Amino acid sequence: MTETVPEPARKTPAGPVLSVRDLSVSFRSDTRTVHAVDGVSYDLAPGEVLAVVGESGCGKSVTSMATMGLLPPTARIGGSIRLAGRELVGASEKELQKVRGKDIAMIFQEPMTSLNPVLTIGRQIGEVLRRHQGLSRKEARARAVELLELVGIPAPARRVDEYPHQLSGGMRQRVMIAIAVACDPAVLIADEPTTALDVTVQAGILEVLQSLRERLGTAIVLVTHDLGVVADAADRVLVMYAGRAVEQAPVYDLFASGRHPYTRGLLGAVLRPGGEGKRRLPEIPGLVPSLDSQPDACTFAPRCSRADDTCTGSRPGFRAVDREAGADAPHRAACWHPYADGETADPYADGEAAVSGEPTPVAAGREAPRTPARADDPGTRPDQEAGK
Amino acid sequence: MTTATTVPTTPRKASIRKSGGKLRALRRNRLALTGGIIAAVFVLAALFAPLVAPYDPSQPDFGNVLAEPGAAHWLGTDDLGRDQLSRIVHGARASMQVGLVAVVLAFLVGVPLGLLAGYYGRFADTAVSRLTDTMLAFPFLVLAVGLAAILGPSLTNATIAIGISQIPAVIRITRAETLRLKHVDYVAAAVANGGGDGTVLFRHILPNATSALIVQATVGIPAAIIGEALLSFLGLGVQPPDPSLGVMLSGAQSFLAPAPWLAVFPGLAIVAATLAFNLLGDGLRDVLDPRGATR
Repeated sequence: MTETVPEPARKTPAGPVLSVRDLSVSFRSDTRTVHAVDGVSYDLAPGEVLAVVGESGCGKSVTSMATMGLLPPTARIGGSIRLAGRELVGASEKELQKVRGKDIAMIFQEPMTSLNPVLTIGRQIGEVLRRHQGLSRKEARARAVELLELVGIPAPARRVDEYPHQLSGGMRQRVMIAIAVACDPAVLIADEPTTALDVTVQAGILEVLQSLRERLGTAIVLVTHDLGVVADAADRVLVMYAGRAVEQAPVYDLFASGRHPYTRGLLGAVLRPGGEGKRRLPEIPGLVPSLDSQPDACTFAPRCSRADDTCTGSRPGFRAVDREAGADAPHRAACWHPYADGETADPYADGEAAVSGEPTPVAAGREAPRTPARADDPGTRPDQEAGK
Repeated sequence: MTTATTVPTTPRKASIRKSGGKLRALRRNRLALTGGIIAAVFVLAALFAPLVAPYDPSQPDFGNVLAEPGAAHWLGTDDLGRDQLSRIVHGARASMQVGLVAVVLAFLVGVPLGLLAGYYGRFADTAVSRLTDTMLAFPFLVLAVGLAAILGPSLTNATIAIGISQIPAVIRITRAETLRLKHVDYVAAAVANGGGDGTVLFRHILPNATSALIVQATVGIPAAIIGEALLSFLGLGVQPPDPSLGVMLSGAQSFLAPAPWLAVFPGLAIVAATLAFNLLGDGLRDVLDPRGATR
C-alpha cells in the first residue's frame, strides 16, 4: 500500500457511519432475565474515535457484540443499529456475513488466542480478502504483505508465511488489526484491544489504530476500561454504567468537567503520579447493581453521594448538560443532579467518606457546598422533574 | 549464539510445536518408536505381500503337510502343506485392508455427523447423539452376524460391519472437539470477519481437531484388525481358502496338539500388529496433546 492513500470516498460523506438508537439487549434464562444493555444511543462520524468506558459488566462488550450481530441466539435485541443507513438489528445471518469484515470489523481482546494456530497469518488475512473482494490466492497474499506493512510488522514478506505461535502478542494484535482493516471497513470495533498487552506494546497498537484512522478514515469504537487509553486515543467518550449510557462528551470536556457523579468517580479512581501525597485512592462505594430489573430510577443512585428521592423515584433522561445547547449537544448526561461546569467538589476526594461506604451522611454533608455551586444552574430542574 | 544460556526456551518451545519437533519427540519415546517400526513392517508386508511371500499362499503341497518350522518353510506348513509365512503375510494384507478401510469408512460418516451435532447443537445434536446411543447399544457381534446374514459373509461385509461399529466413537470425539473449538476466540474472530458456516467448520474447527482424530484413528486400526480376525475366525469374514489371520487360527484349532505352531504364529502376528498400533497411538497421543507439549 502506497502511503498516499487519498481520503477514501465513503458511502455516506455526511452524517454518522454508525448510528445506534435506544439499543437494548437482554438475556433470558428459565429463572431470570438480565438486561445487559438498556437504551443506549450513540452516533459515530466517519473517521471518529469513540471510546466506550465503564467498569466490568456495564454492557460495553455486549453493545459491541450486538453491533457485530455476534450475540448468541438467546439474546433479545431491541432498538436500532444503522451502519451507513443499513439496519443491522434483525438482519439475516446471510446479510450480516456480507457486512462483517467488509463494512464493519472487530478486534478482540485476546491476541494470543484470536488467531487460528494451524493457518499461516497470510492465509488468515487472505481469507477475508478472498471472501469479500474475490481476490485470487496470489493477489490475497500480496495484499496481505501490504497490510502487514501497514500495521507496522517488520519484514512482512517473511512474516506472511509464519504461523501465529511464531509471533509475539503485540505482533499478533497487529495481525488481528490487519485482518480487520483488510477490506477497508467504515467502522472498526476494538474491544479492549490493548488490555492483554504490555504498556509499551499498548502504545504501539494505539499508534497503529490512530494511523489507520488518519490514512483510511476508519471510524473506531474503542471499548476499554483504561482511562489512559481514552485520553490518548479518543475524540469522544461514552460512559456506561449498569447497561445504561450515563454520560457522553468530547474527550477534553469529559476529563475537564465530567458532569455525572459516576464519571467523576471513575476519574477520581485513577492514580495520578505525583498526586496529593499518601492517601487512599478514592473508590466508588458499593457494587454494580444486579441487571435483573430495569428500575424506573437512576441505577447509580445507591452508590451516589448526590442521590435524593428524585433519583430513586424516576429515571433521568439522557440530555444536554448545557440547557441552551439543544438536544444534539455533544455533551450529554443522564443525571438529576449533575455537577456544574467547573464544580470541583469530588464526593470521593476525602478518603474517609469513601471508605465508610455509607452514602447517606455524605450526601447530607455535601448539601451545603452543593447549593452555591448549583446557583448558576437555576430552577429549571424542578420543572423538568415535574414534567417527567 | 555465544553462550549456552542464550539458547533458552523460546526456540525449543517453537520447534516442539512444529511437526518436525513432534516427529523428534515421537522418536524419543522408545515404546512408540518400537510400535511405529512394527506397524511399518506390517504395512510394508501387506503392501508388497506378493513380493515378500516366499510361496503362493493358496497353493497346497500335499507332500509336505504340517511341516515343522525349518529352512524351507520358516514358520512351517499347515494341514494342506501351504506355507505359513506366506499365509501370514497375505493375511496381514487382509488385516491392514480392513483396518484402514473400516476406519476411513467410520471417519467419512462420523466426522460430518460429529461436526453437525457439535456446531449446530439443538435438534441436530439431539438427533445425532440418540443415533450414537442406539448404535452403541448394538453389540458388535450381533451387528456383524446380522449383516453377514443379510449380505452374505465376505471380507467387504466384515469391513462394513467393523466400520459401522466404530462410527459412534468418531462421532463423539468429533462432537466434543467441535463443542470445545466452537467457543475458541479465533472461531469467534472468523465469524466476526464474515466467515460462513462452511469456512468456520472446515477451515477453523476441523483442522484444529485433527490431533484428536489422528489418535482416534490409531486406536481404531488395531480394533479393526482384531475385529477382522474375530469375524474371519467365526467364518463371517475372509472365506477359505483365502488367507487371513483369523481363518488360520480357526483352521489351527484341529491341530493344536500335533502342530501348535499353526496357532502360535498367526496369534503372535495379531498380538504384534495390534500392540504396535496401540503403542504408536499412545505415543502420538502424548506428542499431540497440547498440554504435553510444554513438558
